[in-house]
Amino acid sequence: MQRNRMELRFVSLSQNESFARAAAAAFAAQLNPTIEELADIRTAVSEAVTNAIVHGYDSRTEGIVTLICEISGDSFTAKISDMGCGIADIVQARQPLYTSKPEQERSGMGFAVMEAFMEEVEVQSAPGRGTTVTLRKRITR
Amino acid sequence: MELRAARRGARLTVQLVGELDHHSAERVRSNLDHMLRDRTIMELHLDMRGVSFMDSSGLGVVFGRYKTLRARNGKVILSNVSPFVDRVFRMSGVYKLCERI
Repeated sequence: MQRNRMELRFVSLSQNESFARAAAAAFAAQLNPTIEELADIRTAVSEAVTNAIVHGYDSRTEGIVTLICEISGDSFTAKISDMGCGIADIVQARQPLYTSKPEQERSGMGFAVMEAFMEEVEVQSAPGRGTTVTLRKRITR
Repeated sequence: MELRAARRGARLTVQLVGELDHHSAERVRSNLDHMLRDRTIMELHLDMRGVSFMDSSGLGVVFGRYKTLRARNGKVILSNVSPFVDRVFRMSGVYKLCERI
C-alpha cells in the first residue's frame, strides 16, 4: 500500500469525538481491515480524543485537538495531540482503573482499552506542554 | 443516544439506542439518575441491543448506576450485549458486578 497521510484539527468539543473516530476509521478502511479491526481503531481513537478533551483541556472548549493518521505498508498509525495540561506521571495514568477525575465517573479504563485494541500505544507528555498519544496497528489480510 | 424506558414491578428496563461515548454519557447518566430517584426501583435492566458503539465512558455510566442500585440492595442487569460492546465490558470486569442475561 502506498504511503498516505491525513491531518484533522478540531476544537475540543465532545461532539467531535464521534467525528474523529469515524474519520480515522474511514481513512483506515483503505487497508481493507476486518469489521473487528475497524471497531478496534474506532474505539482506541475515541479513548485518546476523549482524554485530550476531558484531561488535556479539562473540558474547556477552546482547545485544539489534532488527529494525524498515516498508512505505511500494512501499518496504520493514529496520532492524537493536544496542547493542554500534560501528564505528570504517565505510568500512573496508564494504570487500569486509575483516574484523576473519579467525580466525573471516568472509569480509568481508557489506556487499558487502547492497549487491548492496538498493537502499540505510545504516550509523550510533559506538564504544561500537552500530550501526544500514538496508536499503531498492522492490518494483515 | 436515545433511551426507551419501561417499568415492570421493581424492575426498570431501559433500552439504549445509539453511540455511548463521553459526549452522550452525560445525558444518559442524568436521565437514568432522574428515573432512579424512584426508590422503589430495585433492578435496572440495561438493554444494550441498540448500542452501535461504546468506549470506556460507557463503563463509567454502568459502574455509577451499579453503585446507586447496590446502595439500595438492588442490582443492574445487562442484556443483548453485542460482541464489540462485550469486549469492553469483559476487560473491565463489569460482569463480576452486574448480571448478564
